[in-house]
Amino acid sequence: MSTTANTADQLSLSRRSFLRVSATAAGGLLVSLYFDLPLVAQEAGQPKPKAYPPDAFVHIKPDGTIVIQVNRLEFGQGVQTSLPMILADEMDADWLHVVAELAPAADVYRDPLFGIQMVGGSGSIAHSFQQYRELGAKARALLVAAAAEQWKVPPSQCRTEASVVYGPGGRSAHYAQLANAAAHMPVPETVPLKNASDFRLIGKKTRRLDSRPKCDGSLKFGLDLDLPGMKVALVAHPPVFGGSPKSVDDKAARSVPGVADIFQIPTSAKGTAVAVVADKFWTAKQARDRLRIDWDLSSVERADSSQLWAKYKQLAGTPGGVAVARGDEKALDGIVAGNLIVAEFEFPYLAHSPMEPLNTTIRFDGDRAEAWAGSQFQTIDQMAIAQVLGLKPEQITFHTEMAGGGFGRRAVPDSHVQREAAAIARHFTGTPVKLVWTREDDVQGGYYRPMHAHRVEIGIGADGMPSAWRHVVVGQSLLMGTPFEAFAVKNGVDETAVEGIVDTHYDIPNLHVSVHHPTVNVPVLWWRSVGHTHTAFVMETLIDELATRARIDPIAYRRKLLKPDARKLRGALDLMEEKSAPWRAQLPKAHAVGVSCHESFDTGVACAAEVSVENKRPRIHRVTVAVDPGVAVNPLTIESQFQAGVCFGVSQLMAKGAITLKDGHVEQSNFDTYTPPYISDAPVAVDVHIVPSTEKPSGCGEPPVPVISPAVVNALSHLTGKRYRTLPLVTV
Amino acid sequence: METYTLTVNGQPKQVTADPGTPLLWVLREDLKMTGTKYGCGIASCGACTVHLAGVATRSCVVPVSLVGDRPILTIEGVGQDSVGRAVQAAWVSEDVVQCGYCQSGQIMSAVALLKSTPKPTDTNIEESMGGNICRCGTYVRIRRAIKTAAQELK
Amino acid sequence: MVRSRTAMLRLFSVVVVASAAWSTALSSAAGQDTPRKSMPAPAVRDAGLAAWQQVYSVLTHPRCINCHTATNYPQQGDDRHRHLFNVVRGPQDKGVPGLNCATCHQGANAESTGVPGAHNWHLAPVSMRWQDINDQILSSAAVCKSLTDRSKNHNLAGPALLKHHEEEPLVLWAFQPGSRQDGAARSPLPLSHEEFVTATRTWVEAGTPCPLNP
Repeated sequence: MSTTANTADQLSLSRRSFLRVSATAAGGLLVSLYFDLPLVAQEAGQPKPKAYPPDAFVHIKPDGTIVIQVNRLEFGQGVQTSLPMILADEMDADWLHVVAELAPAADVYRDPLFGIQMVGGSGSIAHSFQQYRELGAKARALLVAAAAEQWKVPPSQCRTEASVVYGPGGRSAHYAQLANAAAHMPVPETVPLKNASDFRLIGKKTRRLDSRPKCDGSLKFGLDLDLPGMKVALVAHPPVFGGSPKSVDDKAARSVPGVADIFQIPTSAKGTAVAVVADKFWTAKQARDRLRIDWDLSSVERADSSQLWAKYKQLAGTPGGVAVARGDEKALDGIVAGNLIVAEFEFPYLAHSPMEPLNTTIRFDGDRAEAWAGSQFQTIDQMAIAQVLGLKPEQITFHTEMAGGGFGRRAVPDSHVQREAAAIARHFTGTPVKLVWTREDDVQGGYYRPMHAHRVEIGIGADGMPSAWRHVVVGQSLLMGTPFEAFAVKNGVDETAVEGIVDTHYDIPNLHVSVHHPTVNVPVLWWRSVGHTHTAFVMETLIDELATRARIDPIAYRRKLLKPDARKLRGALDLMEEKSAPWRAQLPKAHAVGVSCHESFDTGVACAAEVSVENKRPRIHRVTVAVDPGVAVNPLTIESQFQAGVCFGVSQLMAKGAITLKDGHVEQSNFDTYTPPYISDAPVAVDVHIVPSTEKPSGCGEPPVPVISPAVVNALSHLTGKRYRTLPLVTV
Repeated sequence: METYTLTVNGQPKQVTADPGTPLLWVLREDLKMTGTKYGCGIASCGACTVHLAGVATRSCVVPVSLVGDRPILTIEGVGQDSVGRAVQAAWVSEDVVQCGYCQSGQIMSAVALLKSTPKPTDTNIEESMGGNICRCGTYVRIRRAIKTAAQELK
Repeated sequence: MVRSRTAMLRLFSVVVVASAAWSTALSSAAGQDTPRKSMPAPAVRDAGLAAWQQVYSVLTHPRCINCHTATNYPQQGDDRHRHLFNVVRGPQDKGVPGLNCATCHQGANAESTGVPGAHNWHLAPVSMRWQDINDQILSSAAVCKSLTDRSKNHNLAGPALLKHHEEEPLVLWAFQPGSRQDGAARSPLPLSHEEFVTATRTWVEAGTPCPLNP
């Protein structure tokens, strides 16, 4: 692989970063990073934060332990292992003595491309690959320089392995012994990076660093936080988004022993909620259950799914804001009905439902505050808390807590959970308060993957290939009204609503895509793989339908239709075809195979699923996935992400896999009514194959999700002859 | 408020709590044993699974007043015996966890399965693990780890 | 249709209870050991059949039938939906290890969390199913036939069946089902436990007559 190509690409960062090294009192080495410009989100001229935390990425301790800071949230995706692997590889650190820590909110830990500290867009490895390599290489260079000076030999005569520098004449020194001296070496401007053939960790299947404490109950998630004197808060939210109490009778609630206070706070959609603060969770819940609140819902819009469908379908029949206009707009006009497909799709609201319910703990100390949250948006949440408390962001110490899943739910532009927590903490100066959203609060609390309607008209050419494609998408915009609007909303079109269509790798000569973004009183949010959750379903089920009509094998059809330069998808498709061939050739009776391929977050994925129908439900016996993610930093993580990510994608097919609203009220409340896949709903076996690559790494967290639901329903269509265009899949 | 003496992982523990308080919250908040997780509060996800006198039990729906003198085994103590140790080791060697939040409950269910069914079939695994949700979707590796643990225990 | 059927049963129950009360009163007045002995055989049988019909109205209430299923799983609620989170019957009708009935159902109702409970919570054996595989309630004749078939019912003769209805914790629970988590009381059965036992006694003393096949 060419390391120089990577360097050039990644150095297009907007701001330059510098290393700073320092010795610790105990004789260790801190390798820190700082930037020449402050955070984009902060005004220039503001004092640079950072007395706290130590902005180190690497800390070599005197006992040889190497602590590596992870500038991301770990919530299952495995970066807490993969990012340290990258750094440790270039540093030649002894992996057995590497300890990973989740970095707190700080400027230096921002995403090098996005400019804020975050996890999103499947960018953790893609964006920090080069950064962590350089950090590791520079740390190594400092240690080598220290050894070379000690031994009076040129650094070029030293080599490193497993935290030891070896010099001529059998000399050797452990990094820990060199740490103090290394701290006084000048930091090199540039360092050579390893050739891929010299990687010791990158590309090797490496087990997670956080397994053991997650298997013996010792790992603390945000919800597990326990601080002296801590109180627990629950919030009674309005039953319709934006509602407010007309009156609150809290007499019975206050009589529950252990209740500290009950008061109103602002909540999302400009509503007002009632916070209950108590000594413990169960006390707070008992009290909340006893609140008698008369809600004023008179001035809020009451969203209703069935009415929204009617409206969306009508909108889908009219052209919207133009997302792409390629070729002849009238190409469909001359096509006879027999060569025309007109298809309408419906996708419901979806809740993320991470296993660890949402929570945030804040202690407000008057002139500063400390916060603990499993956050995908540390610096944004930090700023929101500061705003509510009347402080500056740098007055908030923000700890990144390990999170039990997220899937986008902990990356909220308006930081509504943290704002609630801060509004509550204000009432309890000096006392930490943990805000907990119960499962019901989460399922009913909004911030859903938006409802979408699609209407697609396809003209089929004489060769069976689509000659004209007119596509209208209807759905709330994720980004309008958020700080991200400037990046991805153009001409009134939110790119996240049409990703996967406008950038399709299929060669469709006449492609016209337009969008309607209705405004609805339901807060919406990105859900793992964002627009691809629905666009891949539409594209890949229609492509399959076209292949069936053309009587061409669905894999061959896709290969024929893919543009010549769709390298990643072609590679994935070829590998999937090869690896699934043995079982596809021996399908049991009443089993069918469905395929799909889709590129998202620069990662090409192809998928084949073996499906039968059991109890009127799809039974997914086996899935073969092939993926081209560029350099596979940790193939074990990639395998796991894809094995489990396709299961997450099955959520869309669950019979109770929809959030619906009636007269403004969310009709589901917990896993009994909004049900994620259980083990029997998930694919029984998933084999994952990685296309060998020397290209820079691309995302692996989200790309598993889009491919599975179209593959499964394509198989169902082969079994039943029916087309499935409405999700969730209530019945087969 | 009532005072209860519970036996948790072999240790007697005294707690004073409202009788209706689910065992889950007594463990998490009174005894500060947070390995047992709150996921849904309605027994639908299994994150709160502990063993009560050997029976896998959803601690989020069992009031402390109904525990009686049955010994409680939690994720913090499940490694005290060979089955628990084997399951935890298999979970690590098969790299099962992702976010890890549900895995305490998954492990407690798997241990209950293997204690009564040393050689589980695919159907046994699917039925016994059938009520535990892993939102990350690690089920493929859970299946594999249970078989690995069963193999180890032979 | 379901509603009218229930209404009919209720009406029928009232009539039968009234007649049972009448026969009890009559028999006490006559000072007989076994009241039915004073009645002509066909009348005893008729009273027994009427009492059976009352018993049947309870047995086929969702509360009872939810665990007297023909399926591999229990059901829940008055709408008799499949039990949540994939609970299965298991080899001993008590679920499977890791997901037993006792995984949630304790020895008594858990009022604070809404989970019903009673000693030894379990499903009835498949031989004691009161519904078919498609969730259709079996006819009165079919349920009666199964219930009185000692090769299917754990060899329980009439008096033992009466005892079961008088004392079995799960039967007693069905009349004291507690509240759901939201605090709402579970729906009442068509009869009180006392009425149910009385009807069972009448039926047993009449020799557990069963309706002829419909």
